[in-house]
Amino acid sequence: MKVYLDNGATTKMDDAVLKAMQPYFTEKYGNASSLHSKGQEAKMALEESREIIAKKLNARPDEIIFTSGGTESDNLAIKGIAYSKGKGHIITSKIEHPAVLKTCEELQKQNFEITYLNVDSEGFISLQDLENSIKENTILISIIHANNEIGTIQDIQKIGEICKKHNIPFHTDAVQSFCKEDINVKKTNIDLISISSHKIHGPKGIGALYVKKGNKLKKLIDGGKHEYNLRAGTENVSGAVGFAKAVKISNNKDTKHMENLRDYFIKEILKIEKVKLNGPKDKRLCNNINLAFAYIEGEAIGAYLDAKGICSSTGSACSSKELKTSHVLQAINLSPEYLNGSLRLTISKFTTKQEIDYVFQELPKIVHKLRKISPLGD
Amino acid sequence: MYSKKALQHFKKPKNFGIIKNADGIGRAGNPVCGDVMEVYIKVNKGKIKDCKFKTFGCVAAIAASDVLCELCKGKTIKQAKKITAKQISDYLGKLPTIKLHCSVLGRETLKKAIEDYEKKKD
Repeated sequence: MKVYLDNGATTKMDDAVLKAMQPYFTEKYGNASSLHSKGQEAKMALEESREIIAKKLNARPDEIIFTSGGTESDNLAIKGIAYSKGKGHIITSKIEHPAVLKTCEELQKQNFEITYLNVDSEGFISLQDLENSIKENTILISIIHANNEIGTIQDIQKIGEICKKHNIPFHTDAVQSFCKEDINVKKTNIDLISISSHKIHGPKGIGALYVKKGNKLKKLIDGGKHEYNLRAGTENVSGAVGFAKAVKISNNKDTKHMENLRDYFIKEILKIEKVKLNGPKDKRLCNNINLAFAYIEGEAIGAYLDAKGICSSTGSACSSKELKTSHVLQAINLSPEYLNGSLRLTISKFTTKQEIDYVFQELPKIVHKLRKISPLGD
Repeated sequence: MYSKKALQHFKKPKNFGIIKNADGIGRAGNPVCGDVMEVYIKVNKGKIKDCKFKTFGCVAAIAASDVLCELCKGKTIKQAKKITAKQISDYLGKLPTIKLHCSVLGRETLKKAIEDYEKKKD
């Protein structure tokens, strides 16, 4: 049996998305900036897509800037604000996606001041810490909505209120949560939101940044005046159409389905001895399961699972290019015997109970075998 | 990323376990870094008769441990001392560069097991 449980990395494109995109490769292939009918046909599709995505956030279409994906959106949001201000202090957290963390580290080299907020053992920032960290020169607060590794969902409502009170722009990386959690920019004070298409069964290579009216960003890619003069380059019309279709077909029923499978899995798997759930039980992303197995190593678990046709991911040191344990698992202070035994399983609307049961059948055997090989433990 | 050979040794290690009354035991590595290896040797008339391992670690670490045992079985202590990390890696059809430290860890652990044996012998 083949079971894909790495939907936090990327998802299978929905057939309806592929179908919606197809005409834009060979028939409606115009450049959306061209004035002729072929161009206008593409332009219309682009703007309709923008409207659909805007509506999902309860935003205005002219507040949606298409980008190449989540990473570019994060870069545009953070560097865009930083460079437009020229100097200042940015607050973020220790569990951001590398697209935010590395961007902040780069800005630090350019003499911006950065505060990295600690998180508790479930991955939540402290609102008190956040407020205490605000300085007179704070120009941006960037906090991830749902963490990509351990699924912790931050209280963006309250963070937004704090940002509003101090009149500081608030950016959130919502790449994992978009279309899984409701985000309403009329109800929640957010200035910038990074979103991505391929996490929700859309195509890779397209994402967007919501930029609330009134925020001034310095553009990072120079050229034509595309995307309200915030991102130059011929528009990815087929990508935008696919992204919008993926947004349109997302629904609460799918979210509930993922939630049910997640809870079923967590309840069953914790019956294995010396297994911990990383991240919170409540306020957790609907498709995220992250476990820590004592005395065994994550890459090894993943490789055995792969041999059984199950795709997963891990935050262990051995699996990373820098040979360092994931910064998120370090930030939640996982004890040493669990630190390198992490396994992330992320489900999608296509995941079935039958697939989950197959994992139950195989995973305990793998854990048992690796523990027999391991010198740690009893 | 891994050769077939490495995956083979990872999936079906032949030499894991412990040797009761081992003549030498070596342990190296650190759980925080992601790998800990233990090597047990049984020595008879200056030759390594049996070698077993216990390893906490990734695919490369487990495969390297298994191969290390294969390589040292039947060798004299003097010969076993000469086993290099490169030999382990080559046997596995070359480990990815980033995983070469696993073969180094294998050699280190064996070295410690031999030291333990020699200390006990004295």
